[in-house]
Amino acid sequence: MVELTLPKNSKVGKGRHYPAPDGAEKVRRFKVYRWDPEGQGNPVWDTYDVDVSACGPMVLDALLHIKNVMDPTLAFRRSCREGVCGSCAMNIGGRNTLACTHGWEEVSGAEVTISPLPHMPVIKDLIPDLTLFYAQYESIEPWLHTVTPEPQKEWRQSEEDRQKLDGLYECILCACCSTSCPSYWWNQEKYLGPAALLQAKRWLADSRDEATGERLDALEDPFKLYRCHTIMNCAQVCPKGLNPAKAISEIKVMLVDRTI
Amino acid sequence: MAEARQEARPRPLSPHVQVWRWHITMAASISNRVAGVALYAGWLIFAGWALALSAGADAYMAYTRLLTSPLGLLVLVGVTAALFFHIGAGIRHLAWDSGRGFAKATASATAWITYAFALVATALVWGLVLGLHAG
Repeated sequence: MVELTLPKNSKVGKGRHYPAPDGAEKVRRFKVYRWDPEGQGNPVWDTYDVDVSACGPMVLDALLHIKNVMDPTLAFRRSCREGVCGSCAMNIGGRNTLACTHGWEEVSGAEVTISPLPHMPVIKDLIPDLTLFYAQYESIEPWLHTVTPEPQKEWRQSEEDRQKLDGLYECILCACCSTSCPSYWWNQEKYLGPAALLQAKRWLADSRDEATGERLDALEDPFKLYRCHTIMNCAQVCPKGLNPAKAISEIKVMLVDRTI
Repeated sequence: MAEARQEARPRPLSPHVQVWRWHITMAASISNRVAGVALYAGWLIFAGWALALSAGADAYMAYTRLLTSPLGLLVLVGVTAALFFHIGAGIRHLAWDSGRGFAKATASATAWITYAFALVATALVWGLVLGLHAG
């Protein structure tokens, strides 16, 4: 259901302010969403005046600086710091992206606003609960389905067929796209969302897979696939430059093609 | 021994439209819905006009006076804009249904074009109507 406002327990209040240290050379304000499961009350926006001359160029550098120097209680996920693992996906300056590949200088406006991926249950601070997201990925059965006996060596694939996976296999499952989608915000129990559907296309496009028909059957449902309304937020925000909206449309075309 | 874990309290929902910075494609999508709803109202106005016509001269005069009042004109201009926006967005959807126009730059450009088309077409139609009326 379309629900434009946040539930009562989720409205974000004003939080603490952490001033810049004395002698800071260049200060940028970071406004960060905070919620502690063991604390009291609603989430709040804490503001940190960060001496950005003392930290690296990426938003993740600033977050690590905050955690190391200003406030060790701040919680967020991160791992590879080079856009490969997808852990540090969050909403930065109103758009979903990876904190590790997005520079704080790229964020316009006076403050850099950072909140968890949108419309998800918050575990703590910038950490959303992605259980449903992963379950949806699992539901498209992201592995090779075959009926022919397994070959002696590997399943062969021509270079041309391999190229059909370009633009699909690069997905790192960071959830930036799914949680950018208003359709997913309001129908995530029923709509699979851009990430799971891009992966569905990845297995439909695989020349070695022998379950194309079954895969299409599973998607032919008024909600799972067809809740895509081409709002295009997914493609606009994907930090890997992929285009889930296009993949979804290609699945729709496959569904039409097999009936004619 | 660690103390017993505190009873978990319900998780809040992270902010969504409250924080989102819109792309033009998102604006065009919601505009198309709004335009669609506005067109329902447009048809009701049109049906009202037909009813007034069949109800006789007095009713018709009263209805047209209402429609040509400043507020009435504003509503009619709005409905015209909604109609043109819906046409433009419909063509965009037609292209999408054939699998074309999904590139990020293309989708953004066609969103802008749809807005421009609705604006220009509405201005042309009403320029013509008001021009004819004055002349």
